[in-house]
Amino acid sequence: MSTALEHPTYNYKVVRQFAIMTVVWGIIGMTLGVILAAQLVWPELNLGLPWTSFGRLRPLHTNAVIFAFGGSALFATSYYVVQRTCQTRLFSDKLAAFTFWGWQAVIVSAVVSLPLGYTTTKEYAELEWPINILIAIVWVTYALVFLMTIKQRKTSHIYVANWFFAAFILTVAVLHIVNNAAIPVTPMFSTSIYAGTIDAMVQWWYGHNAVGFFLTAGFLGMMYYFVPKQAERPVYSYRLSIVHFWALIMVYMWAGPHHLHYTALPNWAQSLGMVMSIILLAPSWGGMINGMMTLSGAWHKLRTDPTLRFLVVALSFYGMSTFEGPMMAIKTVNALSHYTDWTIGHVHSGALGWVAMITIGSMYHLIPRLFGRTEMHSVNLIAVHFWLATIGTVLYIASMWVNGILQGLMWRAINADGTLMYTFVEAVEASAPGYFVRLIGGLFWVTGMLIMAYNVYQTVKRSEAVSQQPMPQAA
Amino acid sequence: MDTGTFRGLITLILIIAFLGITWWAYSKRRKPDFEEAANLPFADDDEQPSRDKPAASGDEADSRHDRGDKNT
Repeated sequence: MSTALEHPTYNYKVVRQFAIMTVVWGIIGMTLGVILAAQLVWPELNLGLPWTSFGRLRPLHTNAVIFAFGGSALFATSYYVVQRTCQTRLFSDKLAAFTFWGWQAVIVSAVVSLPLGYTTTKEYAELEWPINILIAIVWVTYALVFLMTIKQRKTSHIYVANWFFAAFILTVAVLHIVNNAAIPVTPMFSTSIYAGTIDAMVQWWYGHNAVGFFLTAGFLGMMYYFVPKQAERPVYSYRLSIVHFWALIMVYMWAGPHHLHYTALPNWAQSLGMVMSIILLAPSWGGMINGMMTLSGAWHKLRTDPTLRFLVVALSFYGMSTFEGPMMAIKTVNALSHYTDWTIGHVHSGALGWVAMITIGSMYHLIPRLFGRTEMHSVNLIAVHFWLATIGTVLYIASMWVNGILQGLMWRAINADGTLMYTFVEAVEASAPGYFVRLIGGLFWVTGMLIMAYNVYQTVKRSEAVSQQPMPQAA
Repeated sequence: MDTGTFRGLITLILIIAFLGITWWAYSKRRKPDFEEAANLPFADDDEQPSRDKPAASGDEADSRHDRGDKNT
């Protein structure tokens, strides 16, 4: 990379590395998702091999999109935002570089170990103990770099985005270490130190807070910087951001039991989880409303600015899925939705609609600036990507709603004599059209990501050509 | 103290904490501080944010040009 791109104050190198890897892992993770969607339509596509079977590729897909794509995006944006809003360079370039290479090493070990069948069987925490130790070291380093950068800030305030990033970093460290506490048996096998129902509760305390802090607080940090920047106006209400920040992090911690409705978990714990999940609607919508209202007086910009469109539609999907989530946490609704495709649809309205869209919008703002330009190579291609992503998400979640309710109703249908009306496989057969529509939605998404990769490549290439000229004077 | 009383007290403490945060955040004294903080994303730019720029139709043509920050 040419030195002409270096910023006098800030460390942009590590931000550039993470930003590029966000796009790369996004394509890989989503392509894996499309392969899995195709396997559900045509099961023969598992090729009859253990390494390409659904059960092994599925955790690889979730790890790749959450931790590789989402994780790289969070590293890139948090390092960028903390430097620019604290007006200081990262605490240590060497440690920041270590977090980049360490995190990529974690992802590569996931890519190798998961298809080989090494798994702890804990959802979103499948990686085995040696990799978990590496994650813990990288994450503590990340916390150190981020918090020490805040400490040496040149501004008097800590901007709200940094509060969200800091909460996300600290909580994920705690969640990861507690949930992965295990006794190693062999180099690639360990057993959890928790037993039975406690193990399940610890796992879903982790699992739901991975959603709450990794996929929500972290990306709200992104939202609080990139939405005001792209809309060119400060956040609607700084006060609301403070109140909803503290409410969100206090309430999210308790919502985990809704993943264990109607299981061996004590009934009072299930009810507590349900109530806390419903309360969670308020702080979630506080963030959504704050982001949306930031655009008041600037709505016309949506007509010409597809990057802003990504950010605003992400907020809409955030509002929608944080309404759907509390509703699904109600036990009577959960009795219908649990174990069906509705859950998968809900996850993806959050993951594609909120997490991926806010990431992509932020990247389209960030990447040209990292490479010394003001705009991406092609604004029209951003608009194309926007429509592919939006239509893809709608196809995905609509088909999973239909499938989920269909499955839930078929499973609970009972004849007059009390026997089940349908066999399980009849519900699977009835789901086939929905699986096909979902596959099409996934293909829309991967196509959009490939267009993004081309656009990013052209942006980077042009900036290198410009920086090699002796006098890069703009007209 | 039995568990029920303990839980009740925790709930009470959390409600007081929430009300306290809300009162603190919405008190008049903090307003100028928060306005300064809210403008931090724009503080290292050459341009000031155009908070109250009217949504005139003639702005659309420039909106593409005025959004780049010059400090990269």
